[in-house]
Amino acid sequence: MPLIEDYAPIVGQNVIDDIRLLSERLRGRTVKNVNSTAVGGGVAEILNRMVPLLRQMGIEASWDVIKGGDAFFAVTKKIHNALHGGAETLTAQDKEIFMETSRANIEAVDTGAEIMFIHDPQPMGLVAKKRDNKWIWRCHVDVSRPEPGTWDFLMGFIGGYDASVFSAPQFSRELPLRQFQITPSIDPLSDKNRDLEPERIASVMEKYSIPRDKPIVTQISRFDRLKDPLGVIEAWRLVKKYVDCRLVLAGGGAADDPEGMQVYAEVMERAKGDPDLHVLLMKQDDLEVNALQRGSDIIIQKSLKEGFGLTVSEALWKGKPVVASAVGGIPLQVTHKHSGLLCRSVEGAAFALKQLLNSPDYARTLGANGREHVRRNFLLTRHLKDYMLLFLALYHGEDLVNI
Amino acid sequence: MKEARGATAPFRFYTRLQMTELTGRRASNLQELTDTIRGVSGSSIYHHTHRFLQQHQSLSPEPPNDFAYWIAGELGEETLAERLYSLDIMRFDSIRALREAIVATIEGYVRTNPLASLKFAAEGGEFHFLKSVSFIMPTRYEASDLREFADILSRITVDSIYYHVFESRLRLEKGKNDFSKWFEDCLGDRELAALVERLDPYTQTLEDLRRNLLRGIERSL
Repeated sequence: MPLIEDYAPIVGQNVIDDIRLLSERLRGRTVKNVNSTAVGGGVAEILNRMVPLLRQMGIEASWDVIKGGDAFFAVTKKIHNALHGGAETLTAQDKEIFMETSRANIEAVDTGAEIMFIHDPQPMGLVAKKRDNKWIWRCHVDVSRPEPGTWDFLMGFIGGYDASVFSAPQFSRELPLRQFQITPSIDPLSDKNRDLEPERIASVMEKYSIPRDKPIVTQISRFDRLKDPLGVIEAWRLVKKYVDCRLVLAGGGAADDPEGMQVYAEVMERAKGDPDLHVLLMKQDDLEVNALQRGSDIIIQKSLKEGFGLTVSEALWKGKPVVASAVGGIPLQVTHKHSGLLCRSVEGAAFALKQLLNSPDYARTLGANGREHVRRNFLLTRHLKDYMLLFLALYHGEDLVNI
Repeated sequence: MKEARGATAPFRFYTRLQMTELTGRRASNLQELTDTIRGVSGSSIYHHTHRFLQQHQSLSPEPPNDFAYWIAGELGEETLAERLYSLDIMRFDSIRALREAIVATIEGYVRTNPLASLKFAAEGGEFHFLKSVSFIMPTRYEASDLREFADILSRITVDSIYYHVFESRLRLEKGKNDFSKWFEDCLGDRELAALVERLDPYTQTLEDLRRNLLRGIERSL
């Protein structure tokens, strides 16, 4: 596990000094994170790195995971979809299942920390046990257009919290509590993002039989309609009329996700017989993802909807020029024509790809600007600093705080 | 090396760390924008006129004015956007005055270009009002003469420079930046104070500002 000082060569010693200065104001505070899974998913990935760093900073951080049966997680999956704007509503029975599991967890989870940091909707019900400590609800999903009935149900819990946290401005609405914007982050020292030797990159490209004889455009995303893999193929075909290049679509396997497998099958069907189109169904392997990104010339992320879209920051951190849809948190990561190109359609994506393929110097400049933007704004150290400021904000209501 | 003149009182470097608070308020046309600009806190106006400076510290792609950026990008009103981003923020000594100038600029434009008020942002392209919450802390750095000051300035975080140049002057309404004030009051160096006052920090990145400050100080040493 990296030490905070290990980040100094990347972000600068003065940034680490500021974090240390800040930590003096929080030394000894107890903070308990609660979510619904110890492994898998972005929240667990961040907590795995964040909790040890908070502890290094003298904050007594801990992490608990709530328990629930299949019925409970079926309901929370329904809530997740509804928050993303799905039409499904919660039934009275769904609500009862949610409340029953919440009650069981209220008994099981120690909520005595000075700051309770609750991640996503699954453990929200714990707030019923609030005493005189501070409670934060951290919402990691896109709630810009939630299904109203589900949102009303959650509002019954939100009111009990002292503060909430969202990843992007469009996810907020007027609420009866303070709301902060904290964007997620990538860890530059993780296997997914650390520097790789050229031989390592070459061996992964070879393993997946991707010749590096022409420019490579890559989208790394699970096979999901919201990631629009068919739209990516369509855009690439428009490009290929003019610029010879390869397309790599790489994503995690989803054997337990029937829709994912169906999307994968559709992609395979569309890709049939094209030797320049590489569709990779990969096992979870961060080093390989890293190598694929580094081995590519352009990274595309043509999502129709995104929670935040951290794959964009991953690509920019590697200095890669990016073409990405202007959805979710992507415009926060890409300033159009400065640190990448934003698009809103298949044709727009194709145009942007052609521009970058035909102007390698421009592409390099965008990639370099993007890397610097990520270094300043989307690395784990900035996230750590924001979490510490959030904890302090719980005890200060004003906009200018002398500490 | 010439001995640097001692100061009558040391300069303590502070830093400020900032987080963004969401207000949940949004606007999709110029009328909603001006109505909300009138009603939000000064910390929101401050945020939207300074955010780019903080996020793009080595190369700024846009003028530091979110209102202008949105008006050009979402409503296509480039002329109004230009009027807003070219507002000389240095001539305002309070957020209140800056807010009034922004509203007056938009309203003046709409009076002569009434069709602009009929334009709406596309769904998802609304302007979201945010605000800056700043935590101000003393650092361990203190300068008792100009040479020490230059040495610290060359390695302190841009957050510290940011605090002493922008936040202190406009948000804390001190009238001038902390550096110029110390040069004049504690070192008696009016020339350097005036030179730093003339550096328009809104048209350069924070790293350029650091370089220009150091260049000015070197000349004075």
